[in-house]
Amino acid sequence: MGGGEKPQLIINGKRLDGRASDELRPLKIEVGAVKNAVGSAYIEWGNNKILAAVYGPKEALPKHVQDPEKAIIKCRYQMSPFSSLEDHGRTGPNRRSTEISKVTKEVFQNVMLLEQFPGAEMDLYIDVLQADGGTRAAGITAAAVAFAASGIPMTDIPFAVSVGKVGDELILDMNKIEDNYSDADMPVAISPRTGDILLLQMDGNMTKEEVRRGLEMIKKAGEAISKVQREALRAPYEKTLDKYRK
Amino acid sequence: MQIRTVTGDYIRDLLASGAREDGRDMLDYRKITVRKGSIPNAEGSADVNFGNTRVLVGVKLGVGEPMPDKPNEGNLITSAELLPLASESFESGPPSPEAIELGRVIDRGIRSSGMIDTKALFIEEGKVWDLFIDVYVLNYDGNLFDAGTLAASTALSTARMPRLEGDEVIREGNLGKLKVDNIVTSCTFAKIAENIVLDPDGNEEAFMDARVTMANDEKVLRAMQKGLSGAFAPKELENLLDITFDKSKELRKHIDRAKE
Repeated sequence: MGGGEKPQLIINGKRLDGRASDELRPLKIEVGAVKNAVGSAYIEWGNNKILAAVYGPKEALPKHVQDPEKAIIKCRYQMSPFSSLEDHGRTGPNRRSTEISKVTKEVFQNVMLLEQFPGAEMDLYIDVLQADGGTRAAGITAAAVAFAASGIPMTDIPFAVSVGKVGDELILDMNKIEDNYSDADMPVAISPRTGDILLLQMDGNMTKEEVRRGLEMIKKAGEAISKVQREALRAPYEKTLDKYRK
Repeated sequence: MQIRTVTGDYIRDLLASGAREDGRDMLDYRKITVRKGSIPNAEGSADVNFGNTRVLVGVKLGVGEPMPDKPNEGNLITSAELLPLASESFESGPPSPEAIELGRVIDRGIRSSGMIDTKALFIEEGKVWDLFIDVYVLNYDGNLFDAGTLAASTALSTARMPRLEGDEVIREGNLGKLKVDNIVTSCTFAKIAENIVLDPDGNEEAFMDARVTMANDEKVLRAMQKGLSGAFAPKELENLLDITFDKSKELRKHIDRAKE
């Protein structure tokens, strides 16, 4: 949690950016932003701007990382050194980005049909160009679209979003300033088809009841997020589809 | 390997007959687009496309310490990152020699053009501004030098200048612009067998024998870098210098016309 004087995050039931407690920030996803990639997505979620790209499947290298039963996923989440309004960041992996890369990889190990590609690797790159809180959730949401666009078989298109807590109130999809001063942060990724929870993290303090309500909020928000994901995947084909509809 | 040989022969044969894969003339740039300010959190930014090559430059300023040999000057720190996201052939890990060369060549053009007056970045004894220029390659299809330099020039010339209140850096609100005294651009040529082309794309770079980058402002040449094992004749270089001064007018227009 952040230092300094704590600002009042909720005034007359409205958040600093005017949102209601269960309201998402504006969300936009575009498929195919990285031309060289097998699948890619660009997401703008609030002031977050993130690219996700997938390469592969290809032979896993070095050879000792190969799994004869299934493909492996390599994931690298990274923030650009100019992504925040604060000081220039350091380049290269740190403890935070290494952990995020790991839990993100685990989300996709659940939904990708890895058994179809023994000995192969799939590479997922998530580059945060501009950050404003909730970048891991936005990265996972974009990566799911990148994977789907790549055509690599998968069982579902997961989404992720976080719920935070300010005093006694739960708030959905925290931005940077809320994240800095909130009493809790709980990012969650869900497979919407089954409702399975694929990522769950929490820090701060929450009661059992608050966790339950938080998961409800996330599930409900997921309907809107999944819709944006699906529409992004459809968009490149809309023109062609329109032609045949006529 | 088979495919590589076939592509190489194809590119060389095409050039020998006076043509390029994408139909350009030998001394044409691809379609260039320049978008400024796409990363509002950075003090300056520019997103540049040369065909399918896409480079994003972010400029940040922060408070640092001067170098011992230049106690009255701020620091200019340029680095380039070949994100693995940008190409199948880029790998994670410490910067490759190619990334380091790219960052240093872009740095040299900016530095020697006097675009940034490092003395103006002095704050007080032992305290100066660090000016970071990060060249972020988002999609690779050749000629990162010119795209990176154009993006850096645009990002710098549109950047805001933070101010200090006590020890706190104010990066938002009513701020002036970063002082920029010049504009530098670069032109990169690839020599493939006996042919020389401007703005090589990814396939051309894969089979080029030599490469040369020339960075200039309106009046003079500011930096050069020759790369790879092939060679240029002095006459060839003289000719390329003329072309560079001519083509750089076109490049500078892209900076002036950059849209948000």
